Amino acid sequence: MNKKQKKMLIRIIIAGVLMVTFALVPIEGWVRFACFMLPYLTVGYDVLWKALKGIKNRQPFDENFLMAVATIGAIVLGDYTEGVAVILFYQIGELFQSIAVGKSRRSIAALMDIRPDFANIEDENGNLTQVDPGEVPVGSVIVVKPGERIPIDGVIVSGTTSIDTAALTGESVPRDAAENDEVISGCINMTGVIRVRTTCEFGESTVSRILELVENSSSRKSKPENFISKFARIYTPAVCGAALALAVIPPVIGLIAGTDPGWSTWVYRALTFLVISCPCALVVSIPLSFFAGIGGASRAGVLIKGSNYMEALSRVKTVVFDKTGTMTEGVFEVEGIHHRDDKTGKCTCQAEGVAFSREEDDSDHPHKHGIDICDTCKGHECKLLELAGLVESASSHPISRSLLKAYGREPDRSRVSDVRELSGKGITATVDGIPVAVGNAGLMESLGIEAVPCHEVGTIVHVAIAGAYAGHILIGDRIKPEAREAIDLLKEKGVTKTVMLTGDIKPVAERVAADLGIDEVRSELLPSEKVEAVEELLKERTGKGTLAFAGDGINDAPVLSRADIGIAMGALGSDAAIEAADIVLMDDNPVKISKAIGIARKCLRIVYENIWFAIGIKVACLILGALGITNMWAAIFADVGVMVIAILNAIRALSTKRA
Amino acid sequence: MKKTYKIDVDCANCANKMEEAASKTEGVKKAVVNFMALKMEVEFEDGADMAEVMKNVLKNCKKVEDDCEIFI
Repeated sequence: MNKKQKKMLIRIIIAGVLMVTFALVPIEGWVRFACFMLPYLTVGYDVLWKALKGIKNRQPFDENFLMAVATIGAIVLGDYTEGVAVILFYQIGELFQSIAVGKSRRSIAALMDIRPDFANIEDENGNLTQVDPGEVPVGSVIVVKPGERIPIDGVIVSGTTSIDTAALTGESVPRDAAENDEVISGCINMTGVIRVRTTCEFGESTVSRILELVENSSSRKSKPENFISKFARIYTPAVCGAALALAVIPPVIGLIAGTDPGWSTWVYRALTFLVISCPCALVVSIPLSFFAGIGGASRAGVLIKGSNYMEALSRVKTVVFDKTGTMTEGVFEVEGIHHRDDKTGKCTCQAEGVAFSREEDDSDHPHKHGIDICDTCKGHECKLLELAGLVESASSHPISRSLLKAYGREPDRSRVSDVRELSGKGITATVDGIPVAVGNAGLMESLGIEAVPCHEVGTIVHVAIAGAYAGHILIGDRIKPEAREAIDLLKEKGVTKTVMLTGDIKPVAERVAADLGIDEVRSELLPSEKVEAVEELLKERTGKGTLAFAGDGINDAPVLSRADIGIAMGALGSDAAIEAADIVLMDDNPVKISKAIGIARKCLRIVYENIWFAIGIKVACLILGALGITNMWAAIFADVGVMVIAILNAIRALSTKRA
Repeated sequence: MKKTYKIDVDCANCANKMEEAASKTEGVKKAVVNFMALKMEVEFEDGADMAEVMKNVLKNCKKVEDDCEIFI
């Protein structure tokens, strides 16, 4: 509690004690009035003061003014206890609101408190000095001790440790990191001292970009929020108008009809209206729900850029995915090696009776990395892979790198000469004096060599040795282990259509889609055609359902911004994606998409609960009050009690465990 | 031209009132108040004198809610 709140609490306690005491003491007349003025002024002087200012500023529907009229009215009617109680409870409600809002503000701020305060720089003598991370130039080496937050993105130059990425990704299992591993700022170094060479400035570091995103996340308002502001604008004048009508019309009718006008009864009922006239419960609980929901989501590694996206996400019916990097790892890997069999002239993959197995031995054999191999090369050095690795050793193409990785050792470049890279086809070179060609079917054709097509789907690298076809290597992009679960979960959440877009060739795309259970697939698309495909799908969606596009953010920024909701996955490395996306998943696990939808649904459910609950109770109290069934005590509950309950309900949105 | 200001206000409805008052101020194209983040994002009309406009925004906000502050 801050100073202001403490002062308020003391005033409330004093006024409460005085009120109860005077209510029990049998005093009459003006003494009683004077006695009750004590607690009334103690707890309500600021309300009266603000009411006066409101009159001066011509703000007739200022809630202080209304509260003042209601309570003074009650006192004039002789209901001293009620008059004091109403203002007392009003202040209790305001105090509770202020504490609850302040508390959730702080807890959400703490949630996102990933801002590193310093970076350690080591001098020649090994002494560490703490400097402002903003002052560390790119390429300097910083020291991160156990328990400290990594201040700037970089690469470990020495040391091993495990890293807690929970603050960024919501993933609670620590990640091991050693030399040459990249580390992301904002994570906590847990076990060992590491030296990190920074790869960017603090301002461009992951942690700075995320903080910027979170801090600016809130200026876009959702429909419920806009509805509530509009509602609040008409609600108060409407209730006040009704109160005035209630105070005047029935007694006047009574006068005309010649019966007892019953002024005091009707005025009392009108005053109860004024007590309920403040829309506070609604107005505070809706943004609080969204704020808590966005805070809870960021703790789970889902950054939502505004409550309008939260709302759109809760109504997702179509989810469109990019393939590479979203559903698949985006890393090419050798999946199979198929030699040409000298006897049959076919590749081993096509020869009958040749078994394939995945050998998982500990030997130095290049096949140990879980690659399909045929019986003929089991236990041998793989000539095909070795030659391909050597020829491709100078290239930085992802496929070349996958070949080298499968080769598994440092290529001896002195064995390779006459390297010629034929763009879009492959590479020819001389290895140990023998000409070798490694490339696609186009390369084989241009060399006049007949290539044997592979029975499997993927990228095929053909190898020819001394002008004769030797076999091919199958390279594939592995499907993420969580991808299948992600699609299933989306369907469970009521997503009616899943679509995959890819620039990859049709057979590969269809195989991936079939494996994952994706409804529709569009392949061989250029980036601009992806935008067109999304636009077509946008036209197909019906009713209130929205369309989300999930991509890894690499060259799909236009699609991200075109979809109703653009979800960038594992976007920690891509500025463009963070900029273009509406929702950023901190890690690249596709299961997080359904988690995000779950969080959004829960948040919106709470928002609507609060809207219906608060409006319902208020309307009920208004009707009962008009009929004279309830009194001011019920009215103050409708005002303060509802607010307290709505705030407590709103705070529930912070918890995302079961969303 | 958009600019974000830190604000201080106690109740959510007052924040809405501030938003309305700020939006109606001359020179302001659009104002959005975020009660939870205690921030006001003001989009100015082209060629508006920001310092002058913000003075009026504060004045108008004080009229609807006396107990508020904008840290200009």
